[in-house]
Amino acid sequence: MGLIRDAMLALPELILTGAALILLIWGAFARKTGPVFILAAMLALAAAAFAAATGQGGRAFGGALIADDGAGFAKVAIYGASAVAILLCDRWFTQKGTARFELTVLIILAALGMGIMVSAGDLISLYVGVELHSLALYILAAFQRDDAKSSEAGLKYFVLGALSSGLLLYGASLVYGFAGSTNFLAIAAATRGSAHVGVIFGLVFLICGIGFKVSAAPFHMWTPDVYEGAPTPIVGFFAGAPKLAAMALFARLLTEAFGGLTDEWRQVVLIVALLSVFVGAFAGLAQSNLKRLWAYSSIANIGYALVGLAAGGPAGVQSMLIFMVLYTIDVTGFFACLAALKREGRAMESFDDFAGLMSERPGLALAITVFALSQLGMPPFSGFFGKFYVFKAALAAGPFTTWAAIAALVGSVVAAFYYLRLIKVMWFDPAPGVTDAPAGGATAIAYAAALFAIPVVWIALTWLDPLSLSAAIAFVR
Amino acid sequence: MVGILSLVTFLPLVGVAAILALKAFATDEARAAGAARWIALAVTLATFALSIVLVASFNGANPGFQFVEDAPWFAGLHYRMGVDGISVLFVLLTAFLMPICILASWTSIEKRVLEYMIAFLVLETLVIGVFCALDLILFYLFFEGQLIPMFLIIGIWGGQRRVYAAFKFFLYTLLGSVLMLAAILFMISVAGTSSIPELMRFKFDAGAQTWMWLAFFASFAVKMPMWPVHTWLPDAHVEAPTAGSVILAGILLKMGGYGFLRFSLPMFPQASVLFTPLVFTLSVIAIVYTSLVAFRQTDIKKLIAYSSVAHMGFVTMGIFSGNVIGEQGAIFQMLSHGVISGALFLCVGVVYDRMHTREIAFYGGLANRMPWYAATFMLFAMGNVGLPGTSGFVGEILTMTGAYRASTWTAIIAATGVIFSAVYMLTVYRRVVFGEITNSALATVTDLNNREVLIFAPLIVGTLVLGFAPGLVFEVTSAATQSLVAAYHAATVR
Repeated sequence: MGLIRDAMLALPELILTGAALILLIWGAFARKTGPVFILAAMLALAAAAFAAATGQGGRAFGGALIADDGAGFAKVAIYGASAVAILLCDRWFTQKGTARFELTVLIILAALGMGIMVSAGDLISLYVGVELHSLALYILAAFQRDDAKSSEAGLKYFVLGALSSGLLLYGASLVYGFAGSTNFLAIAAATRGSAHVGVIFGLVFLICGIGFKVSAAPFHMWTPDVYEGAPTPIVGFFAGAPKLAAMALFARLLTEAFGGLTDEWRQVVLIVALLSVFVGAFAGLAQSNLKRLWAYSSIANIGYALVGLAAGGPAGVQSMLIFMVLYTIDVTGFFACLAALKREGRAMESFDDFAGLMSERPGLALAITVFALSQLGMPPFSGFFGKFYVFKAALAAGPFTTWAAIAALVGSVVAAFYYLRLIKVMWFDPAPGVTDAPAGGATAIAYAAALFAIPVVWIALTWLDPLSLSAAIAFVR
Repeated sequence: MVGILSLVTFLPLVGVAAILALKAFATDEARAAGAARWIALAVTLATFALSIVLVASFNGANPGFQFVEDAPWFAGLHYRMGVDGISVLFVLLTAFLMPICILASWTSIEKRVLEYMIAFLVLETLVIGVFCALDLILFYLFFEGQLIPMFLIIGIWGGQRRVYAAFKFFLYTLLGSVLMLAAILFMISVAGTSSIPELMRFKFDAGAQTWMWLAFFASFAVKMPMWPVHTWLPDAHVEAPTAGSVILAGILLKMGGYGFLRFSLPMFPQASVLFTPLVFTLSVIAIVYTSLVAFRQTDIKKLIAYSSVAHMGFVTMGIFSGNVIGEQGAIFQMLSHGVISGALFLCVGVVYDRMHTREIAFYGGLANRMPWYAATFMLFAMGNVGLPGTSGFVGEILTMTGAYRASTWTAIIAATGVIFSAVYMLTVYRRVVFGEITNSALATVTDLNNREVLIFAPLIVGTLVLGFAPGLVFEVTSAATQSLVAAYHAATVR
């Protein structure tokens, strides 16, 4: 009975594991994989999302895996983003003529790893989830094998990712050594009230390790290079869902396992958050490549999400979750735009490429404008509401987070400059040449994401609000 | 009549949808542009008609909010709209100026007409929304959102240094607004509600009031604009197309004054009293200093822009005088300035469209060739100076009377501003309109055409009606301002 119950709780993971294995065999034996293959992959993700959303709550496998509202909420978002990524990558690589079935399988494996991350209730399963999704992402970054930049991106990602895994493991071993257990609940019991300095030492290493994964400053160095080198639709994938997963994991780790040490980790997280906001804002000013720019933009945005996390409590975690969901949709849409556009067969990546886009491709230019303004946090776009939640939580949490929130708001004015520069280039400047007809699939995804950013978000928030709140309560408990 | 506010606010978006459909399906660009102009005009006229209905059915004796709509949104926020005697006339002013702006851009905007009309219609929705919103976050959405269309209007259809001006406008205003956002969120977390009527009754403690007052001040002072954060305004005005300047001077600046009336005074009364000397000082500096600066300008548009800053100084002075006369005068001055400064920018636009320069030295002797234009310009120049019989007089005399009761010296120094405004306005008028035509390029210049007459006629009527029958305005505003001042005194006198 115990095993069946545990297996039912891990149903989303089992579905995805099975799907990945079946698809791998299918791909290896079939000469060609067509739309049916993609459809099957997306169905598997949908089934897993359904299982995650409707399944029972509880702790499985001795507390290593948690199924609750928090994990369910994060998983639905992650699986959804992965399904979109599969669609986007398939269209893009097919057009280039370099489509391979492994791509789909890798994305599903990454989704599986992210699902384990958000369900992790133990340092071991945490590490397994982090590594599973990271290894899949390293390969995805280097997926354009013939392209030197793509290979470089994969290698850089791998080396720095391995370093961060080392930090994570070192921190985990310290925590295990001083707290006596790897289970979150046991750690929480051991650290309630006061903790040995070794535990705090380990906690800081854990924060650094996860900081790498969410590309928070000062652990952000890999981000611009990897974003620039990796294939565009893949960047759209790993700029969104993995960060959401890592942030959810962060929330569970900090509030459940180390809830007794809130005052200790809050200052570290706040410093990291503010550094991220300002590094993202100021370094972004100097960028001429849009993919690099969006790397810095994502660093800044992770900074805001971390402010929400530092606020702690259900309100703080809820703000972080909403922020990350809205951010993921924006960033997916933005990279879908980049994936759709080409000028004379060449990918458009620099500011100059986008000159006069408004007169040539008004639809996509409008979509990019929406994403830029949304990431800047301008009302009435979706990004504003993310910031609204974050700062509301920060203000309620006390003077430290309040001042951090105000500083982050001022940082967003600096960042406004580069978003406006992109809009200026597209709207004010004359077009240098002709763009190719945009790719259909990517354009549709971009439009859908833009429509979500304005106006669908106004209605969507009425049900995202209670859902994310119950998710946040589950994380914090 | 419930729902009329949403209708007035969002009606322009119907026009946006129509023009977007036009953009997607029209094949002939020139015809699409023509159709877009007519759509925009029709929609703005319909909005104006609706706003007249709104004002006509407004009960001036009721000091509270009317036509209130309320629907719960998310996270405790509400979609809450309503107008009182302070805000309802700004809705009318906005709806009144918009068709004029569309007409003023009829021929002067040649490229990307569809986008231009969309930007103006979106702007109209957002501005009316600012005056109707009764929820802090909803207010902020409208207030901040209008940066985007205005940024595009200046940046795409502006003059030589349009990109610089657009960025300056956006970043200045954004920095002010994010501080206000922080204060808004703080208020929501302290008071537990985002409803403006409830917050007006909520008593924040004096220390918190100081900080929040400063944060709101950062936003509204930039918007007004007050000295010394006014420097974005001349740039934005000079580079914006004529209709953009009209909207900027006529309506967008008023959102700063409206903000002081709606938030600073009722919600932070103790802090307002504390900072009244600061506001008076800045107002007086604005009135005297920018009048002098205006006198030295060589560009007509820049001159009018500086004169706007000076006139807004009267508004802030009136608002913080804290008595009914001052508040009434401030509201009146804002409405009057909306009509007069808009008309003055249109006067500049008329000659700019013909000669493509705004240098004062280029012109001279226009009265010989353009008598109707000279007469029109004369009326608005006199209105700007504050000649009795025009609306400008009423606003200035009331704000000064109000300020006199609060601080004698402020009123006395401000009164010199009236003289300065006569100096620069009459000088520029003499140099542009009187004398012999010395510049041969002006020899063939033509007088106002029918479209321009159509543009100026309502503005002339507006200036004179406000000037001769100011009671029409006070009928609407007096109950609301009296209750505002009563609450203000109750909160500050202990």
